[in-house]
Amino acid sequence: MRLWPLGLALVALAALPPFIGSYAVTLFTLIFFYAYLGQAWNILGGYAGQLSAGHAAFVGIGAYVTAVLSLRLGLTPWIGMFVGAAAAALLGAIIGYLGFRFGLRGFYFVLLTVAFAEVCRIIALNTEAVGGAVGLYITFTGNPAQFQFQNPRAYYYIALVLMTGATVAVWRLERSRLGAYLVAIREDEQAAEALGIDTFRCKLLASVLSAFLTGIGGAFYAFYQFSLQPNTLFGIPLSVEIIIRPIVGGAGTPLGPVLGSFILSPLAELSRSYFAATGWSGGHLIVYGSLLIAVVLFLPEGAAPFVARLARSWRMAR
Amino acid sequence: MEDGALSFLEVRGLSKRFGGLLAVERVDLTMADGDMLGLIGPNGAGKTTVFNLLSGFLAPDAGEIRFRERRLGGLKPHDICRLGLARTFQIVRPFARLSVLDNVKVAALARHPAMADALAAARAVLERVGLVDRASELASRLTLADRKRLELARALATEPTLLLLDEVMAGLNATEIDAMVRLIGAINSGGISVLLIEHNMRAVMSLSHRVIVLSFGEKIAEGTPRAVAADRRVIEAYLGDEYVHPAAH
Repeated sequence: MRLWPLGLALVALAALPPFIGSYAVTLFTLIFFYAYLGQAWNILGGYAGQLSAGHAAFVGIGAYVTAVLSLRLGLTPWIGMFVGAAAAALLGAIIGYLGFRFGLRGFYFVLLTVAFAEVCRIIALNTEAVGGAVGLYITFTGNPAQFQFQNPRAYYYIALVLMTGATVAVWRLERSRLGAYLVAIREDEQAAEALGIDTFRCKLLASVLSAFLTGIGGAFYAFYQFSLQPNTLFGIPLSVEIIIRPIVGGAGTPLGPVLGSFILSPLAELSRSYFAATGWSGGHLIVYGSLLIAVVLFLPEGAAPFVARLARSWRMAR
Repeated sequence: MEDGALSFLEVRGLSKRFGGLLAVERVDLTMADGDMLGLIGPNGAGKTTVFNLLSGFLAPDAGEIRFRERRLGGLKPHDICRLGLARTFQIVRPFARLSVLDNVKVAALARHPAMADALAAARAVLERVGLVDRASELASRLTLADRKRLELARALATEPTLLLLDEVMAGLNATEIDAMVRLIGAINSGGISVLLIEHNMRAVMSLSHRVIVLSFGEKIAEGTPRAVAADRRVIEAYLGDEYVHPAAH
């Protein structure tokens, strides 16, 4: 793969903020953020082939731990986010241990992950110490030391760094021994085991790594939104948002989640506001669903392999 | 039998039951380093179950497996592979969406943690099994004969001292079988012991130093290919007893 177009795109994105309005800044921030979450999911779901439909659990844990540490103990989110991510990684280890030790595959693993996310949501809803159903609110001080910024462009850059960092990490993972093992496990677990691969350990590592990165995303989300609601942070809709970007873009490829987010996130935002304005709120879900069906029918591997093929044939034609 | 070389693989009283079915019953089996042992028997005799027990995919109900002085009981398949006991699957299981080279590279990583070393080792194995010109092909696009070779190449890339081959000739034509027989012979001459499940009698008889015959989970004969082929119980197991005592009917 040629890297210079990607480098060029990155430079362009880094240079963009001074020239765009605040709505566009928000839109891009969300694109980057969902690309980042999709990339974190990609490690477990795309590479290892273990379909987690409960990644919101890790977002929520990362968000709540970081926020509680900040609100109760005054710990800066810059450090707290790593504690939150570690807590998410621990949950990832528990889910992974249970799922993989007892050989839950396919639908059963999906159900396990959904169940854990729902349990987290219900616990958060009923725990007054973390605000219960009301949730937690973070007072805006605009202090960068508290992960708060007057200029929304700061969040743009942080989200851009998150997306780029996760994508580079996944790109390197793909070329590593662990990455090769995860792909082998996805393709045929028994054959992988017969070739000397400790499939349990590899899947567990993927789950922990994926949960850790997702937890960091949760901390970002909390301090970007200034509020934490159990139904939003632990809810099934967020889990679905996390999954569909890599699937549309191409699961198990380094660019899939990014491409998927550039396709879906603006579509989601624009159609949501359009349909809400015309009194057809919820209509964006129809657009979403139709696109998903189209991708499954026409690009079952996602957009990234399709774009890569286009780029190759374009180069050959020259 | 106290010879040190005989303790390469020692199986004693191996038994496995699936519900009411005794799939493998008190099977003993010994291999010396460098051996080529054929494992034959009618369909359902328990041959593949023996492989699954040896490679750790099934846990025995009774009996003991010692491989190079180590007991394999309780070890996972990947542990056993790393001890130098590799297997192939009767129904080949290539990583379909990976290239032939990547398939073998994954296996080579078991011994060569650095990616470049693993790739070099994988290329060498592909050279050895004659798949090198298919290296960049997707595994799903290979012919059955080449998939069988790939299955063998992956097992070889884990650098075993004992190779369990489960019907690597099934479905191949006569020319392909001859090539596979030569390949397996060369692998064995290269110092790797081979335990071979095979239905193709010509192949198994020409390759094996010794043959073990299973029927309904039990070992009914063991010996040189020639002796086993003449054994009354073996003919009975394969063809039914009317072929042994035609006069009685």
